[in-house]
Amino acid sequence: MNATLTPTSVIELVDAVRATPRVLAVGARTKPRLSHVSPDVTLLSMRQLCGIIEYEPDEYTFTALAGTSLHALAAALAEKGQYLPFDPLLVAAGATLGGTVAAGLNGPGRFRFGGVRDFILGVRFVDGSGRLLRLGGKVVKNAAGFDLPKFFTGSLGRFGVLAELTFKVFPRAASTLTLRLPVAGSEAAVKLLTVAANTRWEPDALDLLPSGDAVVLRLAGPANALPTLAREILARFPGEILAADAAAAIWADLCEFRWTFPDGSLLKLALTPGELPALTAIVRALAGRLHISVGANVAYVSLPAGANPAALSLPALTLRGPGPLWHNPPPAPAISAAVKSALDPLNRFPALAD
Amino acid sequence: MPSSAVRRLSALLPADRLLWQPEQLAAYQSDALTAYSALPLAIAMPETADEVIALVRACRADKIPFVARGSGTSLSGGSVPVAGGIVIALNRLNRILRLDPAQRLAVVEPGVINLAVTTAAAPHGLHYAPDPSSQPICTIGGNVAFNSGGAHCLKYGMTSNHVLGLRAVLATGEVVGFGGPSREQLGPDWCGLFTGNEGLFGIALEITLQLLPKAECFHTVLAGYRTLEQAGDAVSAIVASGLLPGAIEMMDALALEAATAAVHADYPPGCEAVLIVELEGPREVVAADRVRLDGILAASAPVEARPARNAAERLAIWKGRKSAFSAVGRLSPDFIVQDGVVPRRRLGEALRRIAAMTREAGLRCANVFHAGDGNLHPLILYNGRNPGELTRAEALAGRILKMCVAMGGSITGEHGVGLEKRDYLPDMFSADEIDCLQRIRAAFDPLGIANPGKMFPGGEAPAFVQHGLHPLEKAGVISRE
Repeated sequence: MNATLTPTSVIELVDAVRATPRVLAVGARTKPRLSHVSPDVTLLSMRQLCGIIEYEPDEYTFTALAGTSLHALAAALAEKGQYLPFDPLLVAAGATLGGTVAAGLNGPGRFRFGGVRDFILGVRFVDGSGRLLRLGGKVVKNAAGFDLPKFFTGSLGRFGVLAELTFKVFPRAASTLTLRLPVAGSEAAVKLLTVAANTRWEPDALDLLPSGDAVVLRLAGPANALPTLAREILARFPGEILAADAAAAIWADLCEFRWTFPDGSLLKLALTPGELPALTAIVRALAGRLHISVGANVAYVSLPAGANPAALSLPALTLRGPGPLWHNPPPAPAISAAVKSALDPLNRFPALAD
Repeated sequence: MPSSAVRRLSALLPADRLLWQPEQLAAYQSDALTAYSALPLAIAMPETADEVIALVRACRADKIPFVARGSGTSLSGGSVPVAGGIVIALNRLNRILRLDPAQRLAVVEPGVINLAVTTAAAPHGLHYAPDPSSQPICTIGGNVAFNSGGAHCLKYGMTSNHVLGLRAVLATGEVVGFGGPSREQLGPDWCGLFTGNEGLFGIALEITLQLLPKAECFHTVLAGYRTLEQAGDAVSAIVASGLLPGAIEMMDALALEAATAAVHADYPPGCEAVLIVELEGPREVVAADRVRLDGILAASAPVEARPARNAAERLAIWKGRKSAFSAVGRLSPDFIVQDGVVPRRRLGEALRRIAAMTREAGLRCANVFHAGDGNLHPLILYNGRNPGELTRAEALAGRILKMCVAMGGSITGEHGVGLEKRDYLPDMFSADEIDCLQRIRAAFDPLGIANPGKMFPGGEAPAFVQHGLHPLEKAGVISRE
């Protein structure tokens, strides 16, 4: 068991980092493998460091403590008709903003406007020397200094402890419409996904269901504009318009990973559409399941206990389940160690490979 | 005679691609921040990525500073040479290596012109979104180094939001591959860190860019307002309505006067400010959104709100806007373009204070800005031949930047810090924060040979003497934004 500290203020957070030789921040642990580290590492629970510090709807920006739950954030944004367009994952499961940044996870909505990396503006963090630093900015546009906020996206907490985050948000479209478009096989799915991505329709989300037999395409915009677009899509790709509650259930099931093996592993893979058929074949051979998201730019794979993720033959990050954090990782360049040592000279945080 | 360092480099390139004669160097001594200049030892003109790698490794071996350069359109002095160093001119690495319409991406060399990417993508119904005003001439390598913006950043982001992958040679001599063809990635966002490094990390050799489908339909409106405040209020009303326009741009009276004189742009008379608002998307969506936008604009009491009725009228609106910078150049022998950011709701207040500070300095200032994201571009007019005027203009620019920071904004929205704003970095960041940035820089460039003297305060300043427009600007090829 790892020891756990629970700071209740940013000052306490800084003190905790300084007082602890080996440390890793954790949020709600909805991606448990990311913080499954050796027992000598003290975990810093961020659950008391929550709350929105500033929210300026007119500026499309907010700043919140890293432990703020996405659920609370989404509710505050919704009151002003705004949202995080990358559709954060595991909101109902309790995921935090900081954990989402550290994990670099995006939901289906990433398709249209971009992911965490595209909406993060600024970060206040504690570096490995125990210094509280703020980089990036608080306005929607800023080019001063190196873009550490982006670098922290997907950095798994291995380069610093995130304390506060500033994000850009967008107004939420007045309405959405989800189409279910059956496909026969993964080649047909690739075709539909790539064709739909290059049309005038501007899909808001474009995913292949874990069942593998249908693409779900979401439109977002003014209520009176979407039915015409939907009819045009259905004329090209036969399918149906889903009722609002059925559509909401499908997207929620995807965003909460309800399709995965409860006792199995969950992995994230970056993908290109061309790699979809081969990956699908491998996953099926392993008796696994997969959700292809963001127009086949990402795959979430769940394997039953005992299956070896290395067989996926693509780089994969384990979010849940036993075994190594990384499978088939590309070789790390020398610059990776040099930047690690610049931000964390004492190796206070675990290595990216751990 | 070339220096001994140049003689060693001459083993790497044929003689006609390693320039060292003073008259050859002169063309590279400055960039679009014409107030600064320096003479390098030599200009190296590689044609392949391998030649760039060999040059960087040779510079490292001999501790020779190098400055990578595309078209030299940096407005922050980012590509001003370093005395005693070399310029690596990347214009001949100008191949589009791959265009993949199905995956909506392009892999390009750093010397490819920004607009050439969109031109190549257009037959497939795609475009490259970042559109700095210099897009007919600026290069993707320069855009990546300085994280260039443009008129559509609120909705589409800056260059970094469109870079999926990079192959680069770092100042350590290491060749790295960051990111890849997928829009998603695993692990830390190295492409995000590299983009905007201002040439301090190394040189990008191959850049994978995401392309987006070109919007089917546009609705572009030009609205004139009696006062700046009214125009500012209209921006706030649009933003509060939940619409997400592709662009919201504003020009003040002096900028309008210049654009009218330069490209015969036709603006409603008697306006202190003109707003350009553009909706884009599928035609059904634009049709629904324009009803709301037109209602908001009608309620904002404009002198006149004029929608573009066809593509030609839309282009004319944008031509006036994009020519504003060079047009202002006609009003004055010299000018400085500033690039501060303020919270959007404080735009009106920022403009009033800029006007007051400009009066105190005894100068004139035109304002052209990306109102949608609070990115101001005050153009400070001065005459470098009048003793002390450049110093006054620089001092005014500095006061404007400090005001932006005090309002909670930034010293640069899209031009980068470069030479010009390096002394203002401490206004935004603490000593510890700057130390953190310097440590990261040292990880990429332990010897300090990649574009030294940029971004960080202190260091040797190049000469500060240049007068007049950039030669390309005089020719009307480029403009400043």
